[in-house]
Amino acid sequence: MTLHEHDVIVVGAGGAGLRAAIAAHEEGADVAMVTKLHPVRSHTGAAEGGINAALREGDSWEDHAYDTMKGSDYLGDAPAVETLCQDSPEETIQLEHWGMAFSREEDGRVSQRPFGGLSFPRTTYAGAETGHHLLHTMYEQVVKRGIQVYDEQYVMELAVTDHGDPEDRVCHGCIGYDIKTGNLNGFVANTGVVIATGGPGQLYAHTTNAVAQTGDGQAMAYRAGAPLQDMEFVQFHPTTLPSTGVLISEGVRGEGGILYNSEGERFMFEHGYANNDGELASRDVVARAEVTEVNEGRGYENDAVHLDMRHLGEERITDRLENIIHLATDFEGVDPLEEPMPVKPGQHYAMGGIETDENGATCIEGLYAAGECACVSVHGSNRLGGNALPELIVFGARAGRHAASGEPASSQIETGPSARTETSNVDAPVELGRVGADAVTDGGTLLDATPNEVVDHTLEQERERVETLMETDGINHADVRSDLQETMTENVNVFRNEAGLKQALEDIRACRERYQDVGVSDPSRTFNTDLMQTIETRNLIDQAEVLTLGALARTEFRGAHWRESHQERKDEEWLKHTMVAWNGGDPELYYTDVILEGEEKEYEPKVRSY
Amino acid sequence: MSTHVSESESEADAATDQQDRPAAQQRRVEKKRERHEQRERASDSSETEGQTILLKVFRYDPEVEDKREPRFDDFHVPFKKGMTVLDALIYSRDHYDSSLTFRHSCRQAICGSDALFINGSQRLGCQTQIDDLDQPVRVEPLPHQEVVKDLVVDMEDFYEGMDAVEPYFQEENLPSDLEEQRQDRANREKIKMSTRCIWCGACMSSCNIAAGDNYLGPAAINKAYRFVMDEREGEAIEQQRLETIEEEQGVWRCQTQFSCTNVCPKDIPLTEHIQELKREAVKNNLKFW
Repeated sequence: MTLHEHDVIVVGAGGAGLRAAIAAHEEGADVAMVTKLHPVRSHTGAAEGGINAALREGDSWEDHAYDTMKGSDYLGDAPAVETLCQDSPEETIQLEHWGMAFSREEDGRVSQRPFGGLSFPRTTYAGAETGHHLLHTMYEQVVKRGIQVYDEQYVMELAVTDHGDPEDRVCHGCIGYDIKTGNLNGFVANTGVVIATGGPGQLYAHTTNAVAQTGDGQAMAYRAGAPLQDMEFVQFHPTTLPSTGVLISEGVRGEGGILYNSEGERFMFEHGYANNDGELASRDVVARAEVTEVNEGRGYENDAVHLDMRHLGEERITDRLENIIHLATDFEGVDPLEEPMPVKPGQHYAMGGIETDENGATCIEGLYAAGECACVSVHGSNRLGGNALPELIVFGARAGRHAASGEPASSQIETGPSARTETSNVDAPVELGRVGADAVTDGGTLLDATPNEVVDHTLEQERERVETLMETDGINHADVRSDLQETMTENVNVFRNEAGLKQALEDIRACRERYQDVGVSDPSRTFNTDLMQTIETRNLIDQAEVLTLGALARTEFRGAHWRESHQERKDEEWLKHTMVAWNGGDPELYYTDVILEGEEKEYEPKVRSY
Repeated sequence: MSTHVSESESEADAATDQQDRPAAQQRRVEKKRERHEQRERASDSSETEGQTILLKVFRYDPEVEDKREPRFDDFHVPFKKGMTVLDALIYSRDHYDSSLTFRHSCRQAICGSDALFINGSQRLGCQTQIDDLDQPVRVEPLPHQEVVKDLVVDMEDFYEGMDAVEPYFQEENLPSDLEEQRQDRANREKIKMSTRCIWCGACMSSCNIAAGDNYLGPAAINKAYRFVMDEREGEAIEQQRLETIEEEQGVWRCQTQFSCTNVCPKDIPLTEHIQELKREAVKNNLKFW
């Protein structure tokens, strides 16, 4: 039994985690990163498009904030959105000062390009592999600072006191499973734990996300008592390759790529989906347009439409989008210099996540979250392209700094059950939550325990969980996971209706019950990925339930969430954040207010047209 | 901005870049032709669609009694068009044997987790189409690295090599918080290929010298190249970097066999980069002579 003690523990080592670790280190904290992948394997590396930052004459953070708020369909919180837009220029230039290889203009300054939903070409980029450069640049800085990285160490659960009210709880650390050796390790955090574990893309069968994107952080924070916010808002990227889900960057459309249906029509204009912005309308608009075209019989095989960039010319494509040539060739067998690429919508991004304030703090003392796993909320019901990377660096840095300080800071965004303004009375068709009581932070025995005792207690609990899974001669988790992905893909996709969402909740329930019979058949303690993935699948089940419950309750159309019988935005009834709390195994759905009041102005909800 | 090259040499570099682009294009066309021929061959020899392919996978686990002696297991996987070696491994694990162990994550050749030894050469599992391979498909862990379990190798040596070249940007003289350093487009183009490295370790595994000797290896030297050639880093640090790569484990160990360049899944001209650094080092030594 080993306990590792540090000031700040960062869980996950993608963009947000790396930035948090650097920021905490700069505050003088002893920082350690605990991550299931080596940092350079993180999925931030797959981000292609770029970083929105108001850097140039004629642009301003206010314009960026306006675009972001409109893109969010007015479900973003103004203090979060304005922080993002104010801090992004400095954070972006910080990356350049750390040597990031941005694409350049003739005068040697960093290049920017147009992206969907933006009123100014403010997407700063490095070819069509911006995330790769961002990830490696920040990892270099972590190496430079000598920050300790426990890699291939899978964090299974948070160590939190078990006060009845989550707002009274304190997070003292987490439990890691050392994948290489099979040892369980306790990590004690003196001042704060930052969760930066990315999104839950593996909820869906067709996703741009990596296999590692199982949303472990959300699930752990949720069971520890931090609510999950706005989880029903899932971004389906309009241009992914049909065979694999590999992403074709929005940069292709930003540079002038055109979408065609099988009748050769430029449908974004010709069928009136977005008469002004066409292909560069917001992602949810383009994704629904594509599915509509396919449903109405104007698609190509594999439910695809065509994305054509040949007219841009080889020189421009090679200069700005070379990576796209490789992706289309390697993963779809199509040479985009010679023919159009087949594309279809694929799960891409979770707007929702762990409820945090603008400092990255959750309602649990000492627990912070940043990046895709968090919901600050800057993206509201729909994220604009080029806004994910600035979120990582802006809120990663803030979370890291605050975690290092060890003191709760004041904020405009309120968190936790006390921010509740309304309780839901949605009628779920099945019981939710519980079944196996594993990993619930109830009990009331640790109220006055020392941090080490809290971590030790959780370590013991997790040891039992591992032993049980190892000893059970049960079914393979992969069967449960694939059933879960199937129902999410079928029923909780771009187009949603009540019957489908209820069906999904029933299927998710069945998965939760079947999960009781799961066992790990690999008997080894060495690199037991079977065990790790079995635990991940449990995390996916918790999140699928939260997501679908929120989607069933929300009877309106806003951003990425569309309902068949409710095809309009209903501000009077639904201008509010969805919150689901684990509540000791008895999930509870409630709502909180959206903050539209900015520093100097109020963001008045308008019709979102492009 | 670094001042290590004269005006005329900068122009020469820019001119080379112009020639490089067609060369990169040439490589791409060449690769495509090879793949096309291979597919033709494969479809002649067997109608793979609707068929089952045979995967022979290396197995080893020091902790499990019947896996202590390394062996190969056969997996029969139903073929689907577009199936990659990684897809076939995932299928085998999820349907036949959940203890089959391999690293993988992004499925799109950017995380660098799944470099494997496939039919005798180092390739990424996710980037290798089953259609492009002769059957049966033999999948082994990367050679020259210690096997942890099945297809998983110990990467510590690789990471240590990377750390040894001080793999981070070092420039103290920076503009104000909101202003970027200027970088010439040609200079960005110059370092572009070197920045594509995904740390997969294929190059290191393919290199005979790295196998036997204490050698930094192609990826680490390429990382050094990325900074040496970046005009944003100053002269003093460049001097220091050139000294590092000239040390005993450095560039002079390379015997220009091109094995690293041949296996690099990101088409980085590793051998050329190493040769270029040798030239820089010589020029640098002459300067102080």
